[in-house]
Amino acid sequence: MAISTLLLRALKKSPWVFHVGTSGCNNCDIEIADCMTPRFDVERFGVRLVGSPRHADVLLLSGPISRGCRRAVQEAYLQMPAPKVVLLVGTCACSMGIYRDAYSVAGPADQVILEVDRNARLVYVPGCPPKPETIIAGVVKLLEALA
Amino acid sequence: MGHVIEHMFLFLVFPGLLFTAAVGFLLQWGDRRLAAMLQWRVGPPPAQPVWDVAKLLGKEVIVPEQAWRRGFLALPFVALSAAALAATLIWSAALQIDVAPVGDLIVVLYVLAIPALAVMLGAACSGNPLGAVGASREMKLILAYELPFVIAIVVAVFQRRTLGEEVVSASTLSLSGLVEFQKEVGAIIARPSGLLAFIVALLCCHAKLGLVPFDMAEAECEIGEGAHIEFSGALLGLLRLTRALLTAALPVLLVTVFWGGMEQSAGGGAVFLLKVLLIVVIHVLIRSTSPRVRIDQAMRFFWGPATLLALIALLLAGSGA
Repeated sequence: MAISTLLLRALKKSPWVFHVGTSGCNNCDIEIADCMTPRFDVERFGVRLVGSPRHADVLLLSGPISRGCRRAVQEAYLQMPAPKVVLLVGTCACSMGIYRDAYSVAGPADQVILEVDRNARLVYVPGCPPKPETIIAGVVKLLEALA
Repeated sequence: MGHVIEHMFLFLVFPGLLFTAAVGFLLQWGDRRLAAMLQWRVGPPPAQPVWDVAKLLGKEVIVPEQAWRRGFLALPFVALSAAALAATLIWSAALQIDVAPVGDLIVVLYVLAIPALAVMLGAACSGNPLGAVGASREMKLILAYELPFVIAIVVAVFQRRTLGEEVVSASTLSLSGLVEFQKEVGAIIARPSGLLAFIVALLCCHAKLGLVPFDMAEAECEIGEGAHIEFSGALLGLLRLTRALLTAALPVLLVTVFWGGMEQSAGGGAVFLLKVLLIVVIHVLIRSTSPRVRIDQAMRFFWGPATLLALIALLLAGSGA
């Protein structure tokens, strides 16, 4: 028990993020990049962007899931080692936003993930685009969700 | 039996695995904090490298379907134990604990090459095409930096000085022998040949640590962390630990071979620590002010200017300068 608590604490101290841009308009991606800048500096909390889903604890999705990248998003999620969570950044990722009912969209991001893992843990960060403060608040909620 | 226990203690606790890992974590934090300060950021808290490794040790380990399972699982352990052995030998020589075999310099040079080889083989075992690209780059990088590195170390071995009538030469293949020599005639780095060799060896250590601009084997935005791409959970944790050990061992090797090692006094320890920190600061400055080069550029650099400098240093050392 003590060891698992310690490991969970370690997970909260160093969430590594794999970012998948899922055919959004790129505005959320810019705000996510802002989180790394001197003004917000999420490395203070141990957050790192990593290049491989194998290394990640958090899957960050920005944008609606288009039909083209539906498989890729599901695959990236399945390739991550447990424990893992999904962070949906922006209105489009949360509820499809202006892309609702568009022919090219495969469905809300949470549904796409839940299709492959019914017990997936998701955190929603709405906004068009969300401010970096909001994204950081979302990360805090996410860390609370882990406990 | 007592002998075995004593050696296991040296290897696992002090000055091997545990001690070097602790120093390595501190240096890695210093590295990240300094890099953050250079970018006008705050940077991570002191315990960050420890949290990273602890977290990785607790995560799921995924073995890819196409991977050669046994090799994939074993090679991170090979990398870690080689790094721990190198760290034990280097720190023993630095702290003047008398365990080193004759010719430990050669052993250290060989053992230091093993972690990179293990990572390369591990990537090849993973069956991932991007991992294979990373492995191939790692291999080319090893071929590139080992040559100038060995020549630079040989410069230290070939040092000789004229003290009045008699000629004193280092001519020793043991780290403690080099420390003794430098106690007698002064640090090797103070001479032109030693300084040149030190600069070349420092750049080779930079590549050995896989720091920017020589991180093309694990370029994260280009080939998805390359050689490390398929390693997850505890295996990745072991690789990070290996990196921490090397971070704490390579600067100590440089100080021991070129910069007089450690004097046996409180002040000597502090001076030694300052020298190690200075080398780490140089690494951080290089890594946070330069972009990643291509693998062919790195090879051209190490086989061209770096090897040339090392050879000039060798000639100078031969002529006694």
